Amino acid sequence: MTIDKQSSDSPLEFRLDPGSGVPTYMQIVRQVEDALRLGHLVPGDRLPKVKEVVASLAINPNTVLKAYRELEHKGLAAGRPGQGTFIEGTLDVVPLREQQALQRRLTRWLVDAAAAGLDEEGITALFSSARHDLARQKGVIAS
Amino acid sequence: MNAIETRNLGKRYGRTWALRDCSLAIPAGRVVALVGPNGAGKTTLLHMAVGLTAPSTGTISVLDGTLPGSNDALSRVGFVAQDTPLYPQLTVADTLRLVRNLSSRWDEDNARARLAALDIDLRHRVGKLSGGQHAQVALAVALARHPELLVLDEPAARLDPLARHDFMAALMAAVAEDGISVLFSSHVISELEKVCDYLVVLARGKVQVVGDVEELLDTHQMWTGPSATADAVTTTTPVVSARPGDRQTSLLVRTNAVPPPGWRTEDTHLEELVLSYLRAPDASALPGPTANSAAAVAS
Repeated sequence: MTIDKQSSDSPLEFRLDPGSGVPTYMQIVRQVEDALRLGHLVPGDRLPKVKEVVASLAINPNTVLKAYRELEHKGLAAGRPGQGTFIEGTLDVVPLREQQALQRRLTRWLVDAAAAGLDEEGITALFSSARHDLARQKGVIAS
Repeated sequence: MNAIETRNLGKRYGRTWALRDCSLAIPAGRVVALVGPNGAGKTTLLHMAVGLTAPSTGTISVLDGTLPGSNDALSRVGFVAQDTPLYPQLTVADTLRLVRNLSSRWDEDNARARLAALDIDLRHRVGKLSGGQHAQVALAVALARHPELLVLDEPAARLDPLARHDFMAALMAAVAEDGISVLFSSHVISELEKVCDYLVVLARGKVQVVGDVEELLDTHQMWTGPSATADAVTTTTPVVSARPGDRQTSLLVRTNAVPPPGWRTEDTHLEELVLSYLRAPDASALPGPTANSAAAVAS
């Protein structure tokens, strides 16, 4: 089998995790956001065409359209009639140094949590609960 | 525009009603999954939609008022029957020629391009193809007639997972490309969420659930709480089905309300929703005046 030349000009290929519980369109949104954070996608890049995504993942085209609309709504992408959807915005890339400092503090916290007797699930539960609280305080719906 | 519209549609075989009181208005441009246990009336409904079976009662029309089986409908509606029947002794090329001669609309290039993309040799006999290739030939033939509505009866039921994935991928690509409406019956509930955006559940010859998938998921929740208070919850909230444990009970509820104290709510997903309704054939979720009939017994 040969690789379709049409699809090789797309900067990324989406994948699905059916067991994640995350809606399919949101998985696509997050993969685009992750690619933006990692610098794999930059403004001007064309997202895979709806038909290409549909033909590789066997999903409903409306799901892809919904994901792309969500990205447009977030100001990260824009549709160009007859051409496709293109990356417009960027996501703040936190500088490496700051990331490392945050990770050190998080590691210290994890050591404390383990010492207090929390196992991995307990830590995850506490973390998502704190994140949930923060999101609620901000009045932002946690996605 | 509606892809399919039925009003009090019914079909009786002898004394048995295969389908009764079926009133649907399915918008065009959707991928509709038709699910239900064996004998629920799925094939009967599909056959009436394509004009293979005449209704005993009521009416059915497709593509905005077109009578199934009329010349107009025959050229605009495609049908892939259960197990995708084709003539095994014909070659793929002969199969294309046969359908070309029998169809008022035919796009030879489209059919050949589809089959070439799947590496299916036109010189092979249909009977020698793999199950996946066989189904793909049937789909290619149906799509080359450029239907506005494509009806499929358990199209991928007997295919292995990879062939099924490829089949659904080809079908979804056609939806993306041509915007066709699709109605298909399926037993593979776990895969519905990926492909369908509209759901019809049949049980015992009647429509049990119908609606936009997103709307259905938005209006149902899974509540989990102490079994001791489950009965109290059931009296105030429309419960679709219950999974009672000794101490903890899970209820699929049809509401957007906040659960009572001590109860936790979670989003549901399509597989869980479908299974819950199939377990509780007396519960229903229908649009219109009967919308509140989901307040069924939790047993």
